[in-house]
Amino acid sequence: MLGRTALLLCTLGAAVPLHADEIKVAVAANFLDVITTLGEQFAQQTGHRVLISSGSTGKLYAQIKNGAPFDVFFSADDIRPALLEQEGVIVPGSRFTYALGTLVLWSPDDQLIDDELTALKHGDFRFLAIANPATAPYGRAAQEVLTGMGLWKDFSKRMVRGENIGQTYQYVYSRNAELGFVAKSQVFSQGEYAGGSWWEVPADQYAPIVQQAVQLSDTPATTALLDYVRSAEGQAVIRAYGYGIEQAN
Amino acid sequence: MLVPQDMAALGLTLRLAGVTVLVLLVLGTPLAWWLSQTQSRIKTAVEAVVALPLVLPPTVLGFYLLLALGPHGIIGGLSRTLGGGSLAFTFTGLVIGSAFYSLPFVVQPLQGAFEAMGRRPLEVAATLGASPLNRFFTVAVPLARRGFLTAIVLGFAHTLGEFGVVLMLGGNIPGATQVISIAIYDHVEMLQYGQAHTLSALLLVLSFSILMTVYALNRRFSVVHP
Repeated sequence: MLGRTALLLCTLGAAVPLHADEIKVAVAANFLDVITTLGEQFAQQTGHRVLISSGSTGKLYAQIKNGAPFDVFFSADDIRPALLEQEGVIVPGSRFTYALGTLVLWSPDDQLIDDELTALKHGDFRFLAIANPATAPYGRAAQEVLTGMGLWKDFSKRMVRGENIGQTYQYVYSRNAELGFVAKSQVFSQGEYAGGSWWEVPADQYAPIVQQAVQLSDTPATTALLDYVRSAEGQAVIRAYGYGIEQAN
Repeated sequence: MLVPQDMAALGLTLRLAGVTVLVLLVLGTPLAWWLSQTQSRIKTAVEAVVALPLVLPPTVLGFYLLLALGPHGIIGGLSRTLGGGSLAFTFTGLVIGSAFYSLPFVVQPLQGAFEAMGRRPLEVAATLGASPLNRFFTVAVPLARRGFLTAIVLGFAHTLGEFGVVLMLGGNIPGATQVISIAIYDHVEMLQYGQAHTLSALLLVLSFSILMTVYALNRRFSVVHP
């Protein structure tokens, strides 16, 4: 996706009441659609403007460490948020799990993925797209699944690796790769799949994709946004995009 | 210090730069010659197209190439009709992308060199009975040798440092399409700063040495003119 380097500026907010603040959000590519929706609703309710930058978790982490002026960071994993916490960059105690990622094998072709996963197991494809396992949590999960099925080594030369899950989806969507492991949120919205064929990978085939967020600046508007994400309304939106929610503790 | 995967990326990058320069010499030389000789009205438009990669972000090129090389794209569809596969994520696809990306760095020095020699030497050769092809290879090419040197070196060095196009089009397959700039990017994302430093320094020294060599060989260096 072109959003890799582009700062995606979503200027949201209809009426502008008094004390409208800007909240700069850094978000991992897989959660971009969800945070855009959440941000729009939040902006309508509060008048605060939500500015969104998306990219890979690794890149956003490096930018934050080097002083990028974000107010909140929605990571695709729990590793970078924990590192930022150790490094004392975040508002103390602000780290929390906002979603559990679901991995899906998806193809725009209606016929390609059947219940027996024939095409995948027999290698009936030219290219299989995954996110880069070294840098992206969804890629790591895809590697676990393929290794578990004994297919990882066979396909090493036919596996194209997106820099983040957004680019991975782009490879499949443009049909340069016939199928790929993507985030469920990319092909699922409002409670149903968008089309094509898919296999929702059983949760016991990969370690949970725990997506955590951290607050980077202690402003009332930022706190309000995070409270909204954790509210029943916010959680319902996150679920509607196919994510799991951690049970409140 | 360098792991095998880094060595593979380095080898692949050098091979990509070499093949791209060869392709560009074959395709770019007639184009540069035509641009240097023509009075055609479309010359300005062609020159603008040649210079486009100098001003466009590589991601624009990579994005359109990804669409064009796909099964429903112009190039990918043609390739499939001819019995080949789609071209994205292959070495051939990277060569196509790199050829577009480095086009001005080869064509512009050649065009400059052909223009600088003027019409006189060719006219003399013609009066001595040399055929057009003979004139080109025995008169124009030797006279434009500095332009060729510049074109080869700039085209090679520019392709070495390519990033945006291969990020979009390459698919980051180790040993097949993972070039050195992508390997560096991965090391940085994985917080492996040591390896990132090693590879980056290598590329820096390599590029600097190449450019130093050509500047030393070619004092009247005809710089790329956008």
